[in-house]
Amino acid sequence: MPDTPAISVELLTKRFGDLTAVNGVSFSASKGEILGLLGPNGAGKTTTIQLMLGLTTPTYGDITILGQDLRRHRRDILKRVNFASAYISLPSNLTVEENLTVFSRLYGIRNGRRRIGELLEQFEISHTLKQVTGALSSGQITRLNLCKAFLNDPDALFLDEPTASLDPDIADKVRTALGEIQRERGVTMIYTSHNMQEVETMCDRVIFLSRGNIVAQGTPAEVLKSARSESMEEVFIAIARNGALKDVAEAEGD
Amino acid sequence: MWLRVGAMVARYMYLYRRSLARSGEVFFWPVMELLVWGFLMTYLRRHMLPSAIVWLLGGMIFWDVLYRSQQAITLSLSEDIWAKNLINLFIAPISVFELLLATCFMGVIKATITILVLGTLASVLYAFDILTIGAALLPFMLVLLLFGWALGTFTMGLILRFGKAAEALVWGIPFLVQPFSAVFYPVDVLPQPLRAGAYLLPSTYVFEGMRAVVSHGTFDIRTLGIAFGLNLVYLGLGSLFFGLMLRIVRERGHLSRLGME
Ligand SMILES: Nc1ncnc2c1ncn2[C@@H]1O[C@H](COP(=O)(O)OP(=O)(O)OP(=O)(O)O)[C@@H](O)[C@H]1O
Ligand SMILES: [Mg+2]
Repeated sequence: MPDTPAISVELLTKRFGDLTAVNGVSFSASKGEILGLLGPNGAGKTTTIQLMLGLTTPTYGDITILGQDLRRHRRDILKRVNFASAYISLPSNLTVEENLTVFSRLYGIRNGRRRIGELLEQFEISHTLKQVTGALSSGQITRLNLCKAFLNDPDALFLDEPTASLDPDIADKVRTALGEIQRERGVTMIYTSHNMQEVETMCDRVIFLSRGNIVAQGTPAEVLKSARSESMEEVFIAIARNGALKDVAEAEGD
Repeated sequence: MWLRVGAMVARYMYLYRRSLARSGEVFFWPVMELLVWGFLMTYLRRHMLPSAIVWLLGGMIFWDVLYRSQQAITLSLSEDIWAKNLINLFIAPISVFELLLATCFMGVIKATITILVLGTLASVLYAFDILTIGAALLPFMLVLLLFGWALGTFTMGLILRFGKAAEALVWGIPFLVQPFSAVFYPVDVLPQPLRAGAYLLPSTYVFEGMRAVVSHGTFDIRTLGIAFGLNLVYLGLGSLFFGLMLRIVRERGHLSRLGME
């Protein structure tokens, strides 16, 4: 099924009372694609990801992940996807090893011990194995979260600002590791980040959200071209200020 | 399924192995409580009829089984909320039922430890032998455990829905049922209108049964059936309530906000 998208979302809508956080959004990501969800604070990125994980129920719309309807096959889907965010963490009073062991069992992973070893090495935190999670630095915790997210060798991965709180060096290493894993295993990734440079290098395609609406999408090059701009940063600021993608050069004249 | 439930039990056991303060919760507070009641009993024994006094200590130990069982459930899940780990669990392929089952196991473990420790201490320190209750001991414990699960599931629903604001309830909910469960006194003591209410609680039958066994060596076995039946009803209601709260929380998008307020 080369043409079935790995993830597809149709007319996805979420209202919180009077506020429409996500407003009839449709998009899809093909297998192995890294899709960036961008947009200013409050644009609806996190809400969209949470809808796709079934943590929040949509007001309206359909979500299909790995060919299955999320509403009906959530358990099956969850075995094959994973999620990491700078805003959740593993219990701080357990060691790295204990935490990863618990989750490897939850995901029913055979040979969990070996898998844990490989991942820790890949993210360069092998030495923390016996340490209590609460004693790690925030950069190490972020990488531990990523190790957890890769435990079940997911086909689709949702990352909500995975590199927030990383220093530039570590952020770069994390990007490299993510890129490697993505190339090796063809993981489909939905990725949010406020670092435009990172987005440009990591993402095959980007979607700009503003107040719950898609205001621009395409490959980073396409988006730049249609905005007649040189940098994503500029595009981002234009969208944040105008709520829509106008010609950046034009907008600056306002 | 058992692998996943086992994984969660391991998760909580790791916690207790590491944290003295938390393990203390299983030993320290129950023992302190026992000391208070034990000394009170020793004092009263000099002045009053001994058999009535046995009720106090028996009541206290039995009460603790119910209490620990409820606490284990609530504390286990709260632990994951505080640790910001709830999302990790909710996006893992473990069902909510399996999660609750794991916390119920923690209830069994904690309640068993409590009864072993308190039973031993009470017999050594105060010559109160809980085994005099005999064969009924096990079903009594089971009724209390199950009722603890039901209360725990209900409390968890509240915490899921109201977050930190509901945390005081973790400790409070059992004490809402305590006065009506006739823990330390017979149901007859309660004013007439409250008695009917008391008989709606499974725990009441255990405390009444325990006193009957202590004073005449037997008790009405049919009451045990009623207690188990009521437990089924409460477990059903508790799960329904939890499920409903979970649905509301999912609709309001609060799942990810728990533990961050
Ligand atoms: N559970 C909720 N209840 C009410 N409103 C919510 C809830 N979750 C999000 N919102 C609102 O929905 C909008 C979108 O929020 P969301 O967290 O998805 O934004 P975001 O794009 O991830 O922003 P950020 O860049 O700050 O992470 C915001 O206005 C937010 O206040
Ligand atoms: Mg966000």
